[in-house]
Order: sequence, then structure tokens, then C-alpha cells
Amino acid sequence: MSPISRGFHRRHEEAEPAGRVPPGQYVTHDFPVLSAGPTPHTPLAHWTFSIEGAKSPVSWTWPEFQALPAETVTVDVHCVTRWSKLDTSWTGVSLDVLLDAVSYDAPYILAFCDGGYTTNLPVADLKGGKAWVAYSYDGKPLPPEHGGPARLLVPHLYFWKSAKWVRGLRLREVDAPGFWEMYGYHMYGDPWKEQRYAGD
Amino acid sequence: MEGTAVRGRLTWQTATVGAVTDETASVRTLVLSVPDWTGHQAGQHLDIRLTADDGYRAERSYSIASAPGEPVAITVERLDDGEVSPYLTQDVQIGDEIEVRGPIGGYFIWDPPVSGDGPLLLAAGGSGVVPLRAILRHRGLVGSSVPVHLLYSVRSQAEVIYRSELDHLNQEADGVKVIYTLTRQQPPGWTGYARRVDQQMMAEVAWPVASGPLAYVCGPTNFVEAVASDLVALGYPPLRVKTERFGATGTP
Repeated sequence: MSPISRGFHRRHEEAEPAGRVPPGQYVTHDFPVLSAGPTPHTPLAHWTFSIEGAKSPVSWTWPEFQALPAETVTVDVHCVTRWSKLDTSWTGVSLDVLLDAVSYDAPYILAFCDGGYTTNLPVADLKGGKAWVAYSYDGKPLPPEHGGPARLLVPHLYFWKSAKWVRGLRLREVDAPGFWEMYGYHMYGDPWKEQRYAGD
Repeated sequence: MEGTAVRGRLTWQTATVGAVTDETASVRTLVLSVPDWTGHQAGQHLDIRLTADDGYRAERSYSIASAPGEPVAITVERLDDGEVSPYLTQDVQIGDEIEVRGPIGGYFIWDPPVSGDGPLLLAAGGSGVVPLRAILRHRGLVGSSVPVHLLYSVRSQAEVIYRSELDHLNQEADGVKVIYTLTRQQPPGWTGYARRVDQQMMAEVAWPVASGPLAYVCGPTNFVEAVASDLVALGYPPLRVKTERFGATGTP
């Protein structure tokens, strides 16, 4: 039984659209930034996106990546630090397109990034129009502090899974924790089940 | 980017507010009595959950302001349009119960045997000083002689959090130097920095790269972006610059 804090009450009466804000989250109109280290700045000439661990690995340069079919999607994103941002607009390449370029049967991936960040995801969560590698936000190139030149976008999971500065995916037979998962955050991170920390 | 893995389920527990201290006109420290607290490391945070009498709940994360081994304390800055911070800085009374769980986070921590003996550069923007204060207190309690520079960027002297404690710690003989930059308003005769952080300031304040420094940077996004990129430009390896950001960037 939770203690009642007398004098504490909801301050923001603005009706949040039903069913769009997961439990424990609040809507922000800003776009907060959370990263564990300095923002990397990788020249586009040196940028590649690779899928490793497939029978024949694949890698795209920046111009090759830009030439892939792109989609613009409008999604809600939910950060484990409790802000949610609704109706964010991104342009990028669907993971369906990228994963179709390789032959594999691994059920998991570890995304790897400039700056050393990693995060783990089931392949099933990347397929079926649920995930993208996004390089544009709100019609403009994705700013570095928000993960540019390109970041993962997996909006149905907490936003730490949408790894900034992503450079590729490593296919894995077994699930292994990434950076925040090593520090006690949830292995899967479903915001609707409030899977914030290990054991939630 | 290796560190201490946190394991086990974090459960909500009831904490009792044991003491409150007003740090500035809008910042208050709450000492919490948490019966089953498992201990924390310097730099970690915790979650607070408040429940209203109509059942409405809100959760927020706060940096832990106290050192390992000390009673759990948080320091909260009141955001006027906030929901939880006005309650914690104005309404809460000694003896009140609130729910907490933690500690959370294992990267932005200073743990002397693991973190090495390189000098520490702590850079705080505004209330970003809170986890850095936990690091400074921990350093004192464990008797570490690791040299520390704390660069604290704040709008005015009146907004300095932990001012008397920091002034007390600011003794070069003990290896601690506190450097303020007062970005908006300076007292008469102020001879210190009076501008936002920039690369020249960081070059003057930061330890030389050759000394193997470790940097902890905490504050609003723009502050952290500036400090971290200046440190990288000065040759700091990115993995030696740990950051914690809060607040928005404005237009992304």
C-alpha cells in the first residue's frame, strides 16, 4: 500500500490522448538528450552501416545507405527516464530492408555504435515495419546530440534501445546485454509493461 | 565501457523524510530514511514515487546527493511548471513517507579502486552538481588523495548549491580546487570566470591529458555538450569523459 502524499496532486490536467502514454510516463514537448559520454562526430566519408554475423556480412557506405528505399514515419517515443514525446517524425531505412540483404537465422542482435554504446534486441522486434535506421528528424538531418548521422528507431521499446550513432548490428544466437542492460536496465524494455530495470 | 553490473529486482520501499535543508531559494535537500537500502555508489540515482489521495501517481529520478555509507539524500531543484519538484521542495514535511527504489545507474559512478588514481575533473552546470557532490563527499570519507578540480557553472552566487560545503572543501592543500563561473550575475569585485564554459576555460581548468584524468560532467544538455566536446578536443579519450545530461536542447 503506497503512502499518500497529502498536498500532492496532478498538476497537468491537459488530457493526454487515451492509450498513447505508457504508465509512469509524462508528455514533454522538448526533446531531452541523454548519453553516457561525449557526442561522437564521425565524418560521413568514414561512416558505414554493417550487419555482422550473417552468412555473408553486408556493409553500406553513407551514399549507398542514402540510396536505399526510405520511409518517413510519425511515432511516439518513450524514454525510461519518464518523458514521452508524441508524434515525432523521422526518415530512414526500415530494418526489413536492411535485414533482407542478409541470410541469417540468429534470433537476437547487438547494435553497436560510435562511442562504444551497444544495446540488445530480438530480431523479431526489428521486423515487420517496427524499426528503422533514421537519419532525419522533422525533415532535417538528425543532429549529432540526438544520434546523428543515424540512429536506430525502435519506438515500441524504451528509447535507450533506439541506439544513437548506430554503425551496425551483430547477429547473435544468444541474447547478451548491451551497455545499459549491463547496468541493470531491462533486457527487453517494453514501456507498456514498465520494464525499466532488470526484474521489472 | 565496462562497469559494475547491477543485478536483482529493484522494489519500491517506503522512505521517511528525516531532514530538509534549503540550499538556495529553489533547491532543497531531503535526507531519507530507507530501512532496506542496499547501499549505493557515488554518482548513482534513485526513483521517487508520489501517490495523491485520488490515486494519481508520479515518478521521477533524482541523483543521490550523499556518499556511500551516508543516509540517502536527494537534492531537488524546484521547476515551477513541474509536478513533483514543487511538492518535494515546498510541501513535504519531516516524517512524511514517500516511495523510493534504487540505486540505479552504474556508469556515472566514481569508485576509487576501479576508477584509478588519475586526477578528477568534475564539471557541473546548475543542479548537475548533485552527483558530483556525492563523489566529493565519498573522496573525503574514504581518505582518497586523488586531486580534484570542480568547475561549477551557475548563474549567480545565490544559486550555488552546497556553497558553504564547497567553500570548506576548496583547499588546494587537500587536493581540491573549486572553480566557479558565474554566468549571469557576479558580486562586486568578482575576479573569477563570468561566462559560459568554452574551450579556453576548459584548457585552463582541465588536468593535462598526460596525467590520466577522469572527467564527470553533469548538467543541462548544452552545458554537457560544450564541456564534453571541449575535453575531447583537448585530447581526453571519450571513454574518460562520463556524462549525465538533463533538460532539453530547445529545438532539436
